[in-house]
Amino acid sequence: MQFNNLFSILPAAVLALFGCVLLLLRFDSSRPYLIFLAFAELLAAIGLWRQTDFLGFTGFRGAILIDPFGIAFNAICLVAGLICAVGAYRYMEREDEDHPEFYGLILLAQSGMYLMNSGTELITVFIGLEITAVSFYSLTGFLRSNPRSSEAALKYLLLGAFSSGLLLYGFSILYGLSGSTHYLNIASMLATRNSRDPLILMAILPIVLGLLFKIAAAPLHMWAPDAYEGAPTPVTAYLATASKAAGFALLLRLILGPLHDLRPAWEGLITFAAIASLTVGNLAAITQSSTKRLLAYSSIGHVGYILLGLVAGNKTGIEAMLLYLLVYTLMTTGAFLLLSALDREGVTDFRGLLYRHPGVALLMILLLLSLAGLPPTAGFVAKYMIFLSLVQARQYWVAVIAALYVAVSLYYYFRIIREMLHNPDDSPATLTISTGWRAAVGLTAILSLGLGLNPEPVLAWARSALR
Amino acid sequence: MDAALFYTFAAITLAGALATVTRRNPVHCALGLIFSLLGVAGLFLLQAAELLFAVQILLYVGGVMVLFLFVIMLIHLEQAARLRQYSRQWPVALAALFAVFLEIYVLAQSGLPGLPPSPQPRLNAGGNTERIADSLFYVYALPFEAASLLLLIAIVGAVWLARKKEQPQ
Amino acid sequence: MTFETLLPYLMAAIFAMAFPLVTGYLVLVERKILADFQARLGPMRVGPHGLLQPIADALKLILKEDTVPKDADKFLFYLAPLLSVVTAFGSFAVIPISATLRIADLNIGLLLISALAAVGVFGIILGGWSSNSNYSLLGALRGAAQLISYEVALGLSLVTVVMLSGTLSMQGIVEAQFNQRIWFLFGNYGLMLLSFFIFLIAAVAEVNRAPFDLPEAESEIVAGYHTEYSGFRWALYMLAEYTNIFIICAVAATVFFGGWLRPFANIEWLAYPMDAIFPAALLFLSAWGCARMKLFPFTALLGISGLVFLIPAVATALSAPFWFFLKVSAVFYVLIWFRASWPRLRYDQLMDLGWKRLIPLALGALLANAIIGML
Repeated sequence: MQFNNLFSILPAAVLALFGCVLLLLRFDSSRPYLIFLAFAELLAAIGLWRQTDFLGFTGFRGAILIDPFGIAFNAICLVAGLICAVGAYRYMEREDEDHPEFYGLILLAQSGMYLMNSGTELITVFIGLEITAVSFYSLTGFLRSNPRSSEAALKYLLLGAFSSGLLLYGFSILYGLSGSTHYLNIASMLATRNSRDPLILMAILPIVLGLLFKIAAAPLHMWAPDAYEGAPTPVTAYLATASKAAGFALLLRLILGPLHDLRPAWEGLITFAAIASLTVGNLAAITQSSTKRLLAYSSIGHVGYILLGLVAGNKTGIEAMLLYLLVYTLMTTGAFLLLSALDREGVTDFRGLLYRHPGVALLMILLLLSLAGLPPTAGFVAKYMIFLSLVQARQYWVAVIAALYVAVSLYYYFRIIREMLHNPDDSPATLTISTGWRAAVGLTAILSLGLGLNPEPVLAWARSALR
Repeated sequence: MDAALFYTFAAITLAGALATVTRRNPVHCALGLIFSLLGVAGLFLLQAAELLFAVQILLYVGGVMVLFLFVIMLIHLEQAARLRQYSRQWPVALAALFAVFLEIYVLAQSGLPGLPPSPQPRLNAGGNTERIADSLFYVYALPFEAASLLLLIAIVGAVWLARKKEQPQ
Repeated sequence: MTFETLLPYLMAAIFAMAFPLVTGYLVLVERKILADFQARLGPMRVGPHGLLQPIADALKLILKEDTVPKDADKFLFYLAPLLSVVTAFGSFAVIPISATLRIADLNIGLLLISALAAVGVFGIILGGWSSNSNYSLLGALRGAAQLISYEVALGLSLVTVVMLSGTLSMQGIVEAQFNQRIWFLFGNYGLMLLSFFIFLIAAVAEVNRAPFDLPEAESEIVAGYHTEYSGFRWALYMLAEYTNIFIICAVAATVFFGGWLRPFANIEWLAYPMDAIFPAALLFLSAWGCARMKLFPFTALLGISGLVFLIPAVATALSAPFWFFLKVSAVFYVLIWFRASWPRLRYDQLMDLGWKRLIPLALGALLANAIIGML
């Protein structure tokens, strides 16, 4: 019993412990912090890998469930955390904020995500969500001398607190309806209820809205562009991927678990959110002059695509969501990290990059193609799977709308590519590149291409995660 | 007797909350909030949850509100008092109010069918202290411990954001 | 209506009515003891040996003009001292004087005292703020910061007691000390001594006594939070302050010194010596002291009560309150001793002591006691 309990949260415990120790360290250079962080992530990954032999085990009286689903999401978060931290190293040095707290908070946020991904109890997942959110509030405002960073942190904090309250309100009603906070008990207590029950709607509406906020889906996306833009760019990469993945894990666990039979109660809301995210993300991205903001809006659009898997609701759809999340994590972290190497963030600052730094420019083109979803990249495979699931579920109209927005997205991604092909400027943006950054961005770009050329391993991975 | 006490505490809670929102002087607002919290503590007591009652007073009134007042006294009040008190969001406020009333109406209409039996408050001498300890340290041990991590992160984050950047020597 | 059911109301009434007078005499006792420390005589003019001084002080305070500063926040200015007094008196509800002499036995007694003390802070904060005076505000801010800081250490040291007793009820804590045959002061192989010292330091800070009397440091900020108060309202603050001192002494006596239990409460043959002979001897000693000071009526009174204590029936009935009040007085004496011996801390020293020394130490003590308790 004791062993099981500790084992069930081992990765989170390792991450939290190393995160706390990191806060106490002081070195002259930030390299040791990075090594320390990588070591923690490695240990957590080993813990996660060991868990595959103990599928179906629960810890802390059912608060944590070890299953392929949770392991898959935790893996996504771990990869995102590692890539962002490794890529952030030189950026933080440039901004003169390379402190152990940065790496510590990254690890601590990850321990919260573990609880979100593997938790099957309302209070546990809520605490996990708050751990993640509070870490991100601090990380967003980490550049203390930059007022935009502080502004972004404050906006994110205020709106985040509001959405957490909304979520908690829904949780409390859910608890009131079922008398338990464990998903299994909630499921059995809700089994007798009709999806038109006003009480059910009252519980589901705030829960889904609160979670839509966390994954930055329209109509609760307003915080995202500001927070993403103000945050240190590597943090933006982390925030846009890992935190979103954990939010999706929480949403999926709830919606496919205790709330699964009440599909009519949430289906409309999710469909609306998906289409609204596609619309807002893709249309607003067109007019952006800042690349960071453009990518922020494009990430809102991607959330729309991922949600479409839930709209389809079939097995292919959920698999497609998982696949999309992995691919999205790779290409988005890559794109944001690449941006972090530039000292300016405008779209026009990419002008002539192809001639000055052809390698970097090629990586960016690869990532942008993947984001746009063109073959032969992984982005294409992910989008293809989503469309496939929609067709299988006979949601033709939704599929058509989504396909139209793919065309729209081509325009703004190609704006960046076009700038890169232009002749160089007089005062080009300078690049700061470290070996870690090369490895991180290179890996994401190569995987974005490689998984597109041979998608079989990830497809198998997504299938196995949903066993 | 219980009903009378309930309505008294409920009235204190609501009046305090109203005062918090409507008073112009921040110290009066804080005082309103204190009364509201005390009213909630009284409601806990009516539910035979003595520990919650004491903890509510100790932490919220004695801890949080003292810090609130502390900060209020340190900042410039004159300027804040002259600001426009309400933002022009009354349509949103009205909509929210309408939603809440609709919710209450629906709940009253439906008569809350099929709710799980509410746990009976224990009125014996041991009180609910042990039961809360049971919940915190056994049933909900993980979230309870995780909450300590959450607080640590919040402290670190707040200190980090508030501290001035070190000047290079 | 039996006597049992009436007793709580009766005791509440007695406390409420008698305590203002008791407070007056606590002040006198304090002044006398301080004078003794400083080789003076203290108040000597009103009545024999200054014994009527409290009455004179009270009359003066009641008759004094009640001034309110011009720009004061009147409502809060009136409310603040009341808040202080009400919360201070509320704590009497859970202080057990003997197994039967108590107002209420709540299962959250210890927590209730902390909670009321926490609310009492508002008397200081609001009083200082509403006076619209810089000295008052400074005193209030100091008070708030100090109380918040030391409440943590105080609470942590009390948690060790709760771990030993397994209950939050004051009555239950005394009974646990009887059942475990040990005062919690010496519990856990002496480790509880550490908790007690933390408690004592934090308690002195909680009631704003020297050397932690920064909120009313007269040499720096006139009189701190009650600078602008006069007459009866000022008297209310004093009443609250001394009530709090009494309460904190009573808590110390109850949770660390076995409350109403006589020393060696489990040793049967010590019952008569401890219940009757010791009190009688103490009273005779006091009588002799009064005789030397030529206070013959008191000599007679104390001598007779000493004789009465020798009656076994009376001794069993009165020994519990006797021991309780003796212990409270002993702790009170220690507080005055502190005041006489130590200079006031500087503000940063106060905060350093609270946050960097006392709280880590209290956490360590908590951990050590928990480990020892588990063994």
